[in-house]
Amino acid sequence: MNTTMSLPAKAPDLPLQPRSAGFWTGVLRKLMRDPVAIGAGIVLLILVLMAIFAPLLTPHDPYQASMLKRLKPIGFEGYVLGTDELGRDMLSRLMVGARLSLFMGITPVLIAFVIGSGIGILAGYAGGLVNTLIMRTIDVLYAFPSVLLAIALSGALGAGIGNALLSLTIVFIPPIARVAESVTTQVRGRDYVEAARASGAGAVTIVRVHVLGNVLGPIFVYATSLIAVSMILASGLSFLGLGVRPPEPEWGLMLNTLRTAIYTQPLVAALPGAMIFITSISFNLLSDSLRSAMDVKA
Amino acid sequence: MLFYLLRRIVYTIPIMIGVAFFCFLLVHIAPGDPLAAILPPDATADLQQQLMVLYGFDRSWPEQFFSWFWRALQGDLGASIASGRPVAEEVFKAVGNTLMLACLATMIGFFFGSLFGFVAGYFRDSWVDRAASALSVLGVSVPHYWLGMVLVIIFSSWLMWLPATGAGPGGSDDWKWDWAHIQFMVLPALTMSVIPMGIIARTVRALVADILAQEFVVGLKAKGLTDFGIFAHVVKNAAPTALAVMGLQLGYLLGGSILIETVFSWPGTGFLLNSAIFQRDLPLLQGTILVLAMFFVLLNLLVDVLQTAIDPRIQRS
Amino acid sequence: MSIGMSVEHIGADPHGDRGGPAQPLLTVRKLVKHFDLKKSFVETMMGGGKVVRAVDGVDFNVLKGETLGVVGESGCGKSTTARLLMHLIEPSAGEIVFDGETVGSPALPLREYRRQVQMVFQDSYSSLNPRLTIQDSIAFGPQVHGVGKRESMTRARDLLARVGLEPSRFAERYPHELSGGQRQRVNIARALASEPRLVILDEAVSALDKSVEAQVLNLLMDLKDEFGLTYVFISHDLHVVRYISDRVMVMYLGKVAETGPAEALFEHPLHPYTRALLSSMPSMDPDRRTEEAPLAGDPPNPIDPPPGCRFHTRCPLAEAICAEQTPTLAATGTRETACLIHEPGSRHTQTGAAIYAS
Repeated sequence: MNTTMSLPAKAPDLPLQPRSAGFWTGVLRKLMRDPVAIGAGIVLLILVLMAIFAPLLTPHDPYQASMLKRLKPIGFEGYVLGTDELGRDMLSRLMVGARLSLFMGITPVLIAFVIGSGIGILAGYAGGLVNTLIMRTIDVLYAFPSVLLAIALSGALGAGIGNALLSLTIVFIPPIARVAESVTTQVRGRDYVEAARASGAGAVTIVRVHVLGNVLGPIFVYATSLIAVSMILASGLSFLGLGVRPPEPEWGLMLNTLRTAIYTQPLVAALPGAMIFITSISFNLLSDSLRSAMDVKA
Repeated sequence: MLFYLLRRIVYTIPIMIGVAFFCFLLVHIAPGDPLAAILPPDATADLQQQLMVLYGFDRSWPEQFFSWFWRALQGDLGASIASGRPVAEEVFKAVGNTLMLACLATMIGFFFGSLFGFVAGYFRDSWVDRAASALSVLGVSVPHYWLGMVLVIIFSSWLMWLPATGAGPGGSDDWKWDWAHIQFMVLPALTMSVIPMGIIARTVRALVADILAQEFVVGLKAKGLTDFGIFAHVVKNAAPTALAVMGLQLGYLLGGSILIETVFSWPGTGFLLNSAIFQRDLPLLQGTILVLAMFFVLLNLLVDVLQTAIDPRIQRS
Repeated sequence: MSIGMSVEHIGADPHGDRGGPAQPLLTVRKLVKHFDLKKSFVETMMGGGKVVRAVDGVDFNVLKGETLGVVGESGCGKSTTARLLMHLIEPSAGEIVFDGETVGSPALPLREYRRQVQMVFQDSYSSLNPRLTIQDSIAFGPQVHGVGKRESMTRARDLLARVGLEPSRFAERYPHELSGGQRQRVNIARALASEPRLVILDEAVSALDKSVEAQVLNLLMDLKDEFGLTYVFISHDLHVVRYISDRVMVMYLGKVAETGPAEALFEHPLHPYTRALLSSMPSMDPDRRTEEAPLAGDPPNPIDPPPGCRFHTRCPLAEAICAEQTPTLAATGTRETACLIHEPGSRHTQTGAAIYAS
């Protein structure tokens, strides 16, 4: 697993053993037999469902403040998880907060997966000067610790959801592009790519038919291992006030506004962070299981 | 070896220029006129003109970059808008505080990480191993800024053993290595140590398991080598890589400290960045990022070179 | 479309035989490939940087309908030559002429050349895309050249049957579900799918078990007759080369040492290197056991090949002149050899002694 605030220093040497179309069914079957994967999957499913159906499920209006009901403890009547510093229902805010938190954690990785794969595959397949130019540029971005890069970019761009997403996407493009480049370079050296060139096929056809199918899987698995980091970073930006702006509920931002309450209602104050923690663990465990499920020889 | 060293250093120079260029761009990607971003709101026309010339916004981009870079190389990072003081001065004071914290955290993380990793690798596939693995998953999944809050809740709010925020009675300017001051470091350092701990544990576990599986170790065991002898052998072989990982993690902590310092109001670079962001003090933001990133690049170089010096087999191209 | 029709199709092809049977199918002139050693920025600044002389001026012909065997130790440039012939790598210099047309000229664009020349690789595993069914792999080539999907699938299944794999059982399978020999049959079918005239077999049977190897060799010979193919057969296995080849070319350190009809070359090698190479070949017949010292050591580094004759550092007959004068590949009847001993007028003391002549 590469999920820490530090991204992996080197592109891992991903296994490239032959895979058939039935390969993914095999991976799924293995995952279904892995209790850790099932557990993590169920937790994530619940979180996602909770996020989707939040408006139907919330017991209270998550924006409804009340000066009288500020910072009520967990179990306070009518408020299962208490209330926040403005007297808003914690449970409702956590549920609705799942929407933005998950969105802001997953989206940058997805966009970076598309862009990073594109860049990496181009560099890996083209090789030579194109490769050098692209990869040396990537190296510059890679020279920043990821947290520093995210904060530098969103600090300069200013607060806001869009800017936070943009910053995080830029943070995740270099590691994904590196993995994509390394996997593509490996595939490009395979004889079946040579054979395809020998049949007179053009570069675009070869990449479409022979390269994509063999590299996207490993890149995707790598990208999933970044979601946990992305969740922590995205919430971290909101925690610093660089992401979501109040009064929108988002776990990182809630954690920030509740900091003042750690002496009065510590358990309530810690709740949003616990949600980030649970989500990030689940993504990590699922990604780990996915990796080991794919690692077995076909 | 000398050639490798030279090549490695030459290779680092374009990276450093690239990093500098990126930091230079930070001011320019900021929304609005870069000058407006740098100007205090109550700027006089005179000051505006002065800054215009100082930052050379009337000149072409490459010119601006090289003159900025040239000044930066000489240690001139401009002046902070908020305090008016030279950025370099503020940054280096903060870097000192951050380094103090990061070094302590790295040592704690390295100690416990190696311990867990060693035990897990030695008793591979036992319950100890599984527990250590679980712990390292927790370690890499935890939002550390939240962990900091939890530690404050436990040790400051409930147990009241340790202070929650700040850097001692006299603030950061009056640091002494006595308990009155050190106690302020304990919680942030402990929080921060979790970041490298998981990675180091994983690395050490893999290393130890690898070394123990090697044939000659099996041979040594068969020859009746004592447990201590085997232990010494494992430590000798695992140390270079483990130390290299530790060095790199120290670098990551310089970035990772930002959020933790905010939680604990520790007067380091994270705290500085935080205030730079909220006062839109772009020269300060730019200068801090530049110094931290350069530090990170140089640390990488140092780790690489040291690792090669210790173990010439890992000469990378 | 049946396989029989494919054969007719080749005959009716506008790009089919043009020069008549006497014109070589493939003529290679002064082919050179130097690989740059990985250069760092500093070395580039200092100028130069070394090159690996993988193929260093090679001339040969491939006659229509023959099998040309190419042998030599590893690192002699056999496989580089194969890749150059296929234009998978760009030659540093030299020219490849296919049936009278220079490859890459307007008369014979690379794409069209690549339809007429195909290659079978050594590693049957890595030469098939693991994510495509074998019929998709075989049909890929024809589709690239504009054959419809349906027709190319039919052709793929026909070819599978022809190489001995029951289409109904194998067409939908993936490479990892096949054995090495079966996969190599698939690779052969894939090479034949675009109806080539020349097939380059680069160590195509080397990775197979001996029994499977024999089956695949026989298959190759059958296919050659049936489709009127020409083979360039590259192998380090002298027995196999002798079995399948009409003519043989011996390479040493990026140069041609000797060429000639297979039987003549194996019975009476002219070049000392060929002789040494053959003496390393174990013989079943005690009467034919060699007295010649087999080759000792490794070939010299192709980055800095020896001056003069490249073999002089290991040649039992080497003299001072061999380090100075580079022998030229000269014809003697149907045979060619590059050795000063066979070069009239050279200052080698044994010149003309014809010790190797029959």
